[in-house]
Amino acid sequence: MSELKSMSDNTPNSPQLESQQRRRFIGAATATAAGLAIAPGVMLYEVAHGRSEDEAVSSAVRWGMLVDATKCATGCNDCVSACSTENGWTSVAESKHPKQAPQWIRKLELQDPLTQMETNLPMMCQHCAEPPCVDVCPTGASFKRADGIVLVNRHTCIGCRYCMMACPYKARSLVHESLNDTQKPDVPRGIGCVEACTLCVQKIDRGDGNTACAEACTAAGHNALLFGDMNDPESEISKRLRELPTKQVRADLNLNLGVRYHGI
Amino acid sequence: MKSLLALGVVVLTTAALAWAGSDAQPKAGGAPKPAITKAVKGEQCVEDTDYMRRNHMKVLNQHRDQTVIEGVRSKKHSLKECINCHASEKTGSVAAAKEDFCVSCHSYAAVKIDCFDCHSTKPQGSAAMHPLNAETAHYKHQLAAQATSKVSAEEMARVAQ
Repeated sequence: MSELKSMSDNTPNSPQLESQQRRRFIGAATATAAGLAIAPGVMLYEVAHGRSEDEAVSSAVRWGMLVDATKCATGCNDCVSACSTENGWTSVAESKHPKQAPQWIRKLELQDPLTQMETNLPMMCQHCAEPPCVDVCPTGASFKRADGIVLVNRHTCIGCRYCMMACPYKARSLVHESLNDTQKPDVPRGIGCVEACTLCVQKIDRGDGNTACAEACTAAGHNALLFGDMNDPESEISKRLRELPTKQVRADLNLNLGVRYHGI
Repeated sequence: MKSLLALGVVVLTTAALAWAGSDAQPKAGGAPKPAITKAVKGEQCVEDTDYMRRNHMKVLNQHRDQTVIEGVRSKKHSLKECINCHASEKTGSVAAAKEDFCVSCHSYAAVKIDCFDCHSTKPQGSAAMHPLNAETAHYKHQLAAQATSKVSAEEMARVAQ
C-alpha cells in the first residue's frame, strides 16, 4: 500500500495508476452503498459470512491466510497431511510416482547461506488478486471466485498446463492418472485436470470458516496458520496483519496475494 | 366415392404406420433394457420422473456452474444428492456395476458420461467412503509418511522447486 502511494506521488499522471485508483474508488463506493442498504448496526461482512445456501459468494469477503513462519515447526508436516486427508490427494511420500504426485501444499525448509538461519514455511496457491494462471488459461477454466479464491473449473480444464507454467509459486499440479473412484464426494478431482489449493472451498461453503491445514496446525499447538476474511477489519487475520510485519512472496510481481508470510 | 377413397388411404396409411411402429420396437434378446431401480432413500425426486429423464443433464449442468463459480451448494439439483438417493444397495454406487442407476440407462442409450472421472460415485459417509475422523486420519498419514521412504528429502525438495 505504502509502495503504491509513493509511486503515485512520483507519477501523478500515469494513466494506469489513475485507472487503478478509480477502480478502487468505485469498489469502495459500491461496498459503502451495499453497507448502507443493510439495517443499521449490521455490517456487510457479517451478512456475507452467514451466506444462505442458494446465495452466491460475494466480493465483500476476501479469504486469506497468514503464515507465521516463526511458529512453523521444523519437521512438522501436519498441514500437508491434513490437506491430503481433507481433499483426498496422495502425498509425494505415498505416491507411486513421486515426481508426478500432486502438491496442493508443501513444506519448505529454507536456509540463509550467509547466516545459516533456517526458516520453515508451507507453500501453496497464494490466491492472488490478479492471478497469472487466470490470465493465461485458454479456456477460462482457471478463475478467481468472487471471494478471492483461485480455482480450476474442471469442467472446462483441458489439462494444457499453461497455468502451471505461469504460476510463480509452482502451486499447481496435474492429475496424470485415473483416480478410480477414490475421490472424496466433496472434492471432485480427476485425470487430465490441473488442481491446486482451494482454501478448502468445500469447508468454507459449508460455513466451517477454517481450512484443514490451519485446523491441523492449531491442533498441533503451533498456531502458525491463521485463516480468515481479509476484508473484515474485525477479523482475527486482519488484526494480526495490522500488527505484524508481513511479506508477500515475490511481492515484486504485484499480484496482491491472499497468503501473507510473517518472519521470512 | 372420392371420400371413400380418401378414407381407404387413411386406413391403409395408419395400418402401415402401426406395422412399421411395431417392427421398430426392440426385439427380445436385443440390447438389455435398463434396470431402473427405485431410489433407496427418499420417496420423490426433486422433479417429475418424466422431466428428469429428459432434462437431468440440463439441470445438472446449470447447478454445476452455479456451484463451481458462485459457490452455491444447494441440495436440490446437486449431483451429490442424486448419488445419495440413487446409489445401489448392492454396490453402494451409481456407476460401479452394470445395473447401477446411471450406468444402466447410459449404456442402453450409448451415451458416454465422464462425470465419474472426477466425481465420486458413492454417497458421503457410505461404508466404502467412510470419512475417518480427523485425528485418526492424521495419524494414518503420518505413519504412511514414515513407513515409505521411497523419496529422499533432496528429491522432494527438487520436486518442490
